[in-house]
Amino acid sequence: MLRQAPEPLIYEIGVAGRTGAMLPTPDVPMSELPTELMRADLDLPEVSELQVVRHFVNLSQQNYAIDKGFYPLGSCTMKYNPKINEDTARLPGFAHLHPLTDDEGSQGALALMHQLQVWLAEISGFKGVSLQPAAGAQGEFAGILMIRKYHQMRGDTKRTKILVPNSAHGTNPATVTMAGLTAVELPSDENGNVDLAAVRAACDETVAGMMITVPSTLGLFDNHIVEAIAAVHECGGLMYMDGANMNSLMGIVKPGELGFDVMHYNLHKTFSTPHGGGGPGCGAVGVNEKLVDFLPGPIVVERETADDAPFYALEMPKDSIGRLKAFHGNFGMHVRAYTYIRTYGGEGLRDVSRHAVLNANYIRVRLADVYHVPYNRICAHEFVLEGHFDGVESVHALDISKRLMDYGFHPPTNYFPLIVREALLIEPTETEDKATLDSFIDAMRAIAKEAHDSPELLTSAPHVTPVRRLDEVRAAKQLVLCCIPIPDWDEAREKAAAPSGD
Amino acid sequence: MSYIPHTDAERQQMLSAIGVPTIEDLFEAVPAAHRFPALDLPTGVSEMEILAEMNALAEANDHASDFAIFRGAGAYHHFTPSVVNHMMLRGEFYTAYTPYQPEMSQGTLQAVFEYQSMICALTGMDAANASHYDGATSLAEAVTVALDVSRRKRSKVILSPYIHPQYRAVTRTYHQWGDTHFIGDEGPATVDDLIAMLDDNTAMLAIAYPNFLGQIEDFTRLAEAVHNAGALLCVVANPMALALFKSPGELGADIVVGEGQPLGIPLSYGGPYVGFFAIREEYVRKIAGRIVGETVDEEGRRAYVMTLRPREQDIKRDKASSNICTNQGLMALAATVYLAVMGKQGLRKAAELCYHNAHYAADQIAALPGYMVDRSRPFFNEFAVKCSRPVSEINEKLILRGIIGGYDLGKDYLYHTDTMLVCVTEMNRKAEIDAFVDVLKEAGQ
Repeated sequence: MLRQAPEPLIYEIGVAGRTGAMLPTPDVPMSELPTELMRADLDLPEVSELQVVRHFVNLSQQNYAIDKGFYPLGSCTMKYNPKINEDTARLPGFAHLHPLTDDEGSQGALALMHQLQVWLAEISGFKGVSLQPAAGAQGEFAGILMIRKYHQMRGDTKRTKILVPNSAHGTNPATVTMAGLTAVELPSDENGNVDLAAVRAACDETVAGMMITVPSTLGLFDNHIVEAIAAVHECGGLMYMDGANMNSLMGIVKPGELGFDVMHYNLHKTFSTPHGGGGPGCGAVGVNEKLVDFLPGPIVVERETADDAPFYALEMPKDSIGRLKAFHGNFGMHVRAYTYIRTYGGEGLRDVSRHAVLNANYIRVRLADVYHVPYNRICAHEFVLEGHFDGVESVHALDISKRLMDYGFHPPTNYFPLIVREALLIEPTETEDKATLDSFIDAMRAIAKEAHDSPELLTSAPHVTPVRRLDEVRAAKQLVLCCIPIPDWDEAREKAAAPSGD
Repeated sequence: MSYIPHTDAERQQMLSAIGVPTIEDLFEAVPAAHRFPALDLPTGVSEMEILAEMNALAEANDHASDFAIFRGAGAYHHFTPSVVNHMMLRGEFYTAYTPYQPEMSQGTLQAVFEYQSMICALTGMDAANASHYDGATSLAEAVTVALDVSRRKRSKVILSPYIHPQYRAVTRTYHQWGDTHFIGDEGPATVDDLIAMLDDNTAMLAIAYPNFLGQIEDFTRLAEAVHNAGALLCVVANPMALALFKSPGELGADIVVGEGQPLGIPLSYGGPYVGFFAIREEYVRKIAGRIVGETVDEEGRRAYVMTLRPREQDIKRDKASSNICTNQGLMALAATVYLAVMGKQGLRKAAELCYHNAHYAADQIAALPGYMVDRSRPFFNEFAVKCSRPVSEINEKLILRGIIGGYDLGKDYLYHTDTMLVCVTEMNRKAEIDAFVDVLKEAGQ
């Protein structure tokens, strides 16, 4: 992570005529190429294989990652990604399986998906699961489309509102709009819970449902949750649980038993599939009996056979909201999550959530005397503190984050949830040991002291990263999104169409 | 097995610091009636046992390491140089989060910037985003852009029937509410049929290049008609074909989307893949998803950062045009490494191998009695073959001989019964093609 020479762009290190590819010569007769359809040029790099390796290794070394150090990024669950998961996902029988293989030829993959559906349903107390959604946001989209269709099929077309607490992830209100409904924002109460009186006041015959994160985005178990669910159900709405914080619930409580009708899982958070620098993920959705026929499909079902051997098949649920992706979801993530659940087993997963919560509470109590912790009570797998200090106006949460980089840590989540001033959301996960937590606590305490003694250390941070703070305004104003010249095709066509000779 | 590192002594020290006697005491806010439910899951097992179980599941599949494969239809078995997987396995890449903190994420950010540049090169577009979930959702998101460009005054979207059937299905799932309506793919519409559907309510027209039957067609005239109607032209492209054929930008496309899987990403039973999305510069502020731009740091060093952020859900919330957050970052990296190592010459060579192998196969099949190869237009590496018996019967014979046959077009097109969509790539050498043709010959008799 230490500063190194800037890595040139891959386009800047090539030489015309060089290639890193080794391909066979054709052993079939050559066919004529349709010249009038062929392109004149293709502007790709011209580099050797070694240049490619060095380039991407050098780039990788300018990244921070879980494999390098502690990554307490709240709401993202940056836990260790077990190496065995990468091996199982790359087994040839999975990696080289074509998605349009007949069911008979993909029984191994279908058995795995079916088992994962069953396990996820059991963990959350649901009736059915679809593994189609590619990410949490797509799982949310599936959930709200299902709620919408449920009401429509009952002829209940005036339900157009989804209640969303003001502490919600941005994906929640964005999802509601994307599904053609209207998000109604609800306030939080002084304990950081959803304001129950506001929920009850908002509940009427126009409410399609409510989206809520459990435990809340503040990392708190909301003790009104059962009442909130009851209020929404009484007015005829359905309850959606954002499962981003599922890492504190496994074997602790089943959302389906609490009364939720639908939720999404983030296999890339709770079930250890890697974040990949932004993706891919898997946002599987679980539902109770009310919504099971609406699941996005296809899902995997077990069919009766004559000889008692199970047969698995892809099937579209009866009233499905439809397909969300081509093929069957991010199958490679299903393999990793299956491997993870098989590793831990039921009691092991309960232990995961127990220790995720233990780690978060340990950091909270060890920082509460030097930082303002707005909801300083027993938390779930994460907690929020305020990144500012009385009498030090120049220091903001962002400065604490940037200074943490100098100490070798990835910062917590900044400025989320929106309802906390200068929020820093800290989620350690269960895979970090006490010594790591202690060194992070020491760094946070040292930074709090620096904020009072020499605040410029924070406001000018980071100092040792490959680059320092960036000019983000320039990036947005003088857009440079591509490093090669793209011809003005309109002009080229006009020129070609113009009469020759001028 | 467990990845939880705590010892009993450490647990006790931590609990004392918190001031509770047991871990269970941390869960008192959870309703008691539902707290600590039984979990009906098997007991955890060791790494050794898991590997054995996973091997058994993996080998219960008919996969392209054991079988010769002539199936494509949206997912392609191409050769991937070793270096791609080695870079994918760098923990610094795959265990990093979204690059929200640019000072610690220049590796990911610069790689995304290079990916965007390569997608622009292939498509002939001015700008690309950092990825969508797959080709299908890229098309669905293109519809949103086109509706927004028309300020939601236009509501008609024309889809060619020869766009991948599942992409059309996903696009309808995304836009199942409101007054957006889709036409064009009810029957075997030609380019002229599609042009006749254009009107002043049309927001977008989409075609595939090559189309689902593998055919390549110059769509310049169609682009003119679409633009004259004030609509946008979206082209769903196969990036491997773009190594050979004119870019959609050159032919007049406004948006180019597609599936990046052919670029070094394994079949993996359908995912994770990467949806690419590229567009003309004038519309770039309307698009969804992450975009990386170039800038400088405080000391003037060139650096990269996610830009045009106010479009995104975490800032714009219910006013955002899409809820996308997590994308397919690591698969975009795979495509970037693949395109770098293949390079200008290698990609062209791989595409030419696909072309020559496919045309050899088509010639051989066309010479067999009982098979008619559709040669009505130039094709890339897929072609439709009308058979004299059901495709499923032929495929049953093929699988017994260790060959996965083509895709049965009759599953999606009522007017293409008994028609096999055959795919041939650089992985199918002559001997394999000859063996395939031999079985077809037997099966056709």
